[in-house]
Amino acid sequence: MYDYADFDRAFVQGRVAEFRDQVERRIAGSLTEEEFLPLRLRNGLYLQLHAYMYRIAIPYGTLNSRKLRQLAMISERWDRGYGHFTTRTNIQFNWPKLRDVPDMMAALAEVGMHSIQTSGNCVRNVTADHFAGAAADEIEDPRATAELLRQWSTDHPEFAWLPRKFKIGITAAPHDRAATKTHDIALRIVRDAEGAVGYEVSVGGGLGRTPMIAKTVREFLPKAELLPYIEAILEVYNLAGRRDNKHKARLKILVHEIGIDEVRARVEAVFEERLAAFRGVNPGLLAEIEAAFAPPAFVALPTEDYARAHAEDPVFRSWVDVNCVAHRRDDYAIATISLKPIGGTPGDATAAQMRLVADLAEAYAHDEVRVSHEQNLVLPHVPRAHLPAVHAALREAGLATANVGLVSDIIACPGMDYCSLATARSIPIAQQIAETFADLDAQRDIGPLKIKVSGCINACGHHHVGHIGILGLDRAGVENYQITLGGDAAEAAAIGERAGPGFAYDEIVPAVERLIEAYLDHRLEPGESFLEAYRRLGAAPFKAALYPPEERSDAA
Amino acid sequence: MAILVTKEGFAPDDWAEGSILPFDVLWTGQDLPEEGLAVEFPNDRDAADLRPWLARLELIRVAFPAMADGRGFSIARRLRAMGYAGRLRAAGPLIADQFRAAQRVGFDEIELPESVAGRQPEEQWRPRPSLSYQDRLAG
Repeated sequence: MYDYADFDRAFVQGRVAEFRDQVERRIAGSLTEEEFLPLRLRNGLYLQLHAYMYRIAIPYGTLNSRKLRQLAMISERWDRGYGHFTTRTNIQFNWPKLRDVPDMMAALAEVGMHSIQTSGNCVRNVTADHFAGAAADEIEDPRATAELLRQWSTDHPEFAWLPRKFKIGITAAPHDRAATKTHDIALRIVRDAEGAVGYEVSVGGGLGRTPMIAKTVREFLPKAELLPYIEAILEVYNLAGRRDNKHKARLKILVHEIGIDEVRARVEAVFEERLAAFRGVNPGLLAEIEAAFAPPAFVALPTEDYARAHAEDPVFRSWVDVNCVAHRRDDYAIATISLKPIGGTPGDATAAQMRLVADLAEAYAHDEVRVSHEQNLVLPHVPRAHLPAVHAALREAGLATANVGLVSDIIACPGMDYCSLATARSIPIAQQIAETFADLDAQRDIGPLKIKVSGCINACGHHHVGHIGILGLDRAGVENYQITLGGDAAEAAAIGERAGPGFAYDEIVPAVERLIEAYLDHRLEPGESFLEAYRRLGAAPFKAALYPPEERSDAA
Repeated sequence: MAILVTKEGFAPDDWAEGSILPFDVLWTGQDLPEEGLAVEFPNDRDAADLRPWLARLELIRVAFPAMADGRGFSIARRLRAMGYAGRLRAAGPLIADQFRAAQRVGFDEIELPESVAGRQPEEQWRPRPSLSYQDRLAG
C-alpha cells in the first residue's frame, strides 16, 4: 500500500501546527466564529448534537495494522472506545473535546493519517472500489489514480473555496462496487478499441435532497490527461456553480440546469487551454505511486484443510459463502468483516475489534484492511488456508456475522441519535429490521438486498440508491418514514421511486416485512433477487403489499 | 481606509484613489487613460472579457464579496494563463489563512477591509514555510 513519504509526513505535521494556531487565533478573537467555521470543517471537525464530531480521512478506504491500531488507541484515549466507519470510507469519533483535537491530529500524523478535507466546500476524500487490487474483474488498481488525485487535490490553491463539497469516486471494474455514479465526478477506468487504458468521466452525481445519477461527459480520456481534465471540470464548477442557495450549489444542479451538452462544451474548451499548458506529472513520482499499489507477495498454501472445514463446519461454510468472494487468485479470498451485527449500530467498531482486525490482517492477510462504503471492513488478500483461523478469531470477537449483502447488512446514517441535522432516528430502524430477520438462513433465502436508511433529506444513508430506501422525516413533530423502491448504486445506477405515503415509527418495520413477503411470493425462483423481481414486475405488487386495501379504506 | 497586504507586510494603498475604473467603462469603449489603466473586475464575469485590454492594464482588482466565495481564485489563475503581467489585487474580507493560495494563483496583493486588518495584525500574514503537492506533482 502507499507508504507516506517524507513529504507527506512534513505536510501533515505542518497542517497540525497550522490548526493549533487557528484554534489559538479563534480563542484570542483574531478569527470570528464565521471565519473559523470553514477552517475547522476542512480539518474534519463538526459541531454535532451532543459534542464535536471528528472525521478522519481513510483515503480510498485503505488501512494497515499500524493505522488501525492507532485509530483504536485514539478512540480509547480521547473518545469513548469506539469509532464509526462512514459511507465515504472515513472514520468518525463522536465525542472528542475541542482542546484534544490538535493532539488527536498529532497522533494521526505519527502513522501518516490526517483529517484534511474531510468536510468543507472543497475536494473531499477520494473513494475507490474496496476490492481494488484483489478483484478478478478490474483493469488495474484504481487506487493509484485515487492517490494521485488525493495529492493533487490536497490544499489546491484554486479549488479550496468551491460553491459546495466535491466528491470523486473511482472504479476499474465493470461491476461498480464504489457507487461512483453518486459522486460529483465518477471515474471508470476503461480500455479503448486499441487497448489503451483511460477514463470514462461522468459528472453531476449526488444524493441529498435532489438525487442525481452522474452523466457521461467524456467517453474516453487518455490516462495522462486526467489532471487538466479534472481541473477543467472544477474551474467550470467554481465559476458557474450556484452560490446563492447551498441546497442548489452542488455540481449536479449546474449539470441539471444548463444540461450535460453545455457542461461538456464548457469543460472541453477550458480543458484545451489547460492541456496546452500542462507539462505532465513528474514521472518519478508517478512511478512511485504506481509501485506503491503493486500486489503483495502472494504465497501458495495448500487448501485441503480449508476445503475440509468448508465441507464439515456449517457455520464456517455459511460465513465463507456469504462474506467471502473470489479473489484474482483461486487460492485466496476477499473476506468482508460485517460491522452489522444483529441489533448493533451499523458501521461501529470498538477499539478491541479494531485491534483484532489489525492482528488478523498482520498475521494472515498481507497487512491490508479496507473500509467499504457499505460500512464494513474487508481483508482483501486472505489465503484460503487461513480462512478457518480468521473466522474462528472473528467469531470470538463478535465479528463473524454472515450477512454481507443481505437484508441485515444495512447502511444507516447516525440519525437523530447523534446528528444535529437529522429529523428522525435511523439506527433503531436498522436495528429493528435486522432483529426481525435475525435468522441468517432466512436472510440467505431472501438473498441479495440492500436496505439503506437516512434520517433526513440530506440522504447520508444513501436511501435513494437502496433497493429498499427508507427516509425518516419530521411531520409536525412526529417521525414519519418514506419508502423508495428500486434504487441501485452499482453500474446500472438508478434513483429509487417513492412508494407512497410514509409510515409511523412503529409501522415502518412491518411495512418492510410486507415488502419482503411480497417479493418472496412473486419471485420466479430463489435465484431472482429483490431488485431483479422489482425491475421485472414494476412497483405495483410491492405497493399493494405496502398499502393493503383495508388500511386504505381506514385512512379514507 | 483599506490596508494593502503584500508579501512585504501591511501598507497603505498606493494606488491613486478613484482611478480604478469600473469594468463597464472598458466595455462601453470610453476614452481610457494613456497610463495607469486599472480596472475593477466583478467575480461573476468571464476573465476572457478582459482580453482586449490585458497588455495595457496595470492593475486588475478582483472582487471577493466574501471569504468563502472562491471564484476569484479561478479568475486570477486564468488571467495569468492569458499572459497578464500587471498587478493583480484581491479585494475583500479574506483571512490570513488564504493569503498563500491567493499568491499561488497569481495575486500580488490583498486589499483588506480595516475591520479584518484590525483583528488580524500584520504578523499573521507573514509567509510561513509551506509545502505544495501541486508543485511536487509538477516536478
